[in-house]
Amino acid sequence: MFGYLKHIPGISPNSQQSDLPVLLPYQGHSAGKPEDLRFSRWLASSSPWVLFVIFLCVSLYPMVVMAQSKFTLEDAFYTLWRWLPFVVGSGFVMNLLISFFTMLIGTATGVLLGLGQISLLSPVRKFSWFTTQLFRNSPWLVLLFIVMLTFPFEIEIGDTIIPIPDWMKAVFGLSLPIMANISEVVRGAVQSVPTGQWESAESLAFSRSQTIWQIILPQCFKRMIPPWMNWYAILTMATPLVSLLGVEEIVTLSRQAMEAEDNHPELLIPFFGFALFLFFAYCYPIARWTLKLEERYSVRL
Amino acid sequence: MTTNNWTPEQPIVSVKDVYKSFGELEVLKGISFDVMKGEVICIIGPSGSGKSTLIRCINALNDINSGSIKVHGLEVNDPDLNKLELRKNVGMVFQQYNLFPHKTALENIMMAPMLVLKESKEEVLAKAEALVSKVRLDDKKHTYPGELSGGQQQRVAIARSLAMNPDVMLFDEVTAALDPETVKEVLVTIQDLASEGMTCILVTHEMGFARELADHIYFTDRGVIVEHGPPATFFKKAKDPRTKEFLSQIL
Repeated sequence: MFGYLKHIPGISPNSQQSDLPVLLPYQGHSAGKPEDLRFSRWLASSSPWVLFVIFLCVSLYPMVVMAQSKFTLEDAFYTLWRWLPFVVGSGFVMNLLISFFTMLIGTATGVLLGLGQISLLSPVRKFSWFTTQLFRNSPWLVLLFIVMLTFPFEIEIGDTIIPIPDWMKAVFGLSLPIMANISEVVRGAVQSVPTGQWESAESLAFSRSQTIWQIILPQCFKRMIPPWMNWYAILTMATPLVSLLGVEEIVTLSRQAMEAEDNHPELLIPFFGFALFLFFAYCYPIARWTLKLEERYSVRL
Repeated sequence: MTTNNWTPEQPIVSVKDVYKSFGELEVLKGISFDVMKGEVICIIGPSGSGKSTLIRCINALNDINSGSIKVHGLEVNDPDLNKLELRKNVGMVFQQYNLFPHKTALENIMMAPMLVLKESKEEVLAKAEALVSKVRLDDKKHTYPGELSGGQQQRVAIARSLAMNPDVMLFDEVTAALDPETVKEVLVTIQDLASEGMTCILVTHEMGFARELADHIYFTDRGVIVEHGPPATFFKKAKDPRTKEFLSQIL
């Protein structure tokens, strides 16, 4: 079960010593792909025209249904236009806010957990490994429900009552899978540093923590950026999940807006199409940028 | 060092009856030799004969199964060994240089004295500048390893080890990855060191270098020392058939 741990320098069964490159096949510099960027690759592979197509659907659909209804194209557009400040200003901004805070907490805890996975202390290593695997392989929605329903809606410290808004609970819930995945990113990146680096640091009498902080992490920092951005894009796309729990973000507010407009079915596609458009417009450049960085960093060494 | 009962009359490195295996594979089967201070020792032998493992054991990069290795009076095969203490006294240079790619040549040299020995920055800078001159890389000191040639990188690696003021230097096939032209510049650097009285243990395939510089040559094959002696007798009067065969192939 812990078989793959053997490849981590310094964590062979006799934990104090390094791996034995004399006996291991020389791996060259495995700098290329520390983490799978499938999502970014997929997203970036779509052409910028997709934006246009989404936009067109948003505007064409009402034209088609217009014939059967008294609700005209202008009506649909005008409705969307009227609600735009609300949907974007209160909705999409909330999605971004959730994604920022989630990434912040997820990264901070994920880095710690990732370092825990390469700890020399067996209990720390096993705990980190287990936590990582648990949250990495759980459905995000289930984690969200657990956090939303078990966390209190306010905390009492002495006389002061600190309310915890729903969106903050959502941030905690989403942080868990992000934490676990960042933990894997860190572990993978540390692993991708050639064993020779550990050995030369060892022979220069560096302590283990000096080796990790001064020599290993600075080298793999760049390699962690593309997968980290990949996870940010995935996370942003996943933020509408929290609408199921009543957090007032773009999907929740779009539905509220449509309800306020008598639930015309003609509004469905324009409103949700517009949300799609926003997410795509936000995440697509990130994906392109991710792949560009990945390409640049993998040439090095 | 803490338990330093070492005196200059004793060997600075003393290897006694060392056994080492990786799982089923026995790599060292009873190796013994002594190195006096200031001596240059060359270990030669076919690939897979355990040469590299042997010198990696001297600074505890590999544990040994049984036997004893004493460096400057410090027992390496001691579970309570302070490895950091040992490694401050033993410098090691690798075949693949293993410079830190995110630091310039000068920073590579300065890191260990500053972080491990906690010396002041000015002190370390002065020392590093001197070492860079010593390995003749004054014009490259602010260059990153990726932009240096193999020979230059290896000389930086030597300077980096020297910055820790070691008593013993280990060289693990340091010229094996270099082209013949650059081999020379690295060997000259080692020669300078040896002439200054540094104790050097080299695993090498450079027979000419061994003949000229070594005080003693050890030939290992399949985990044992087959033959040894000072260069003059070793190269001319090799008795063992395996040594003869090896030398005839290489010379």
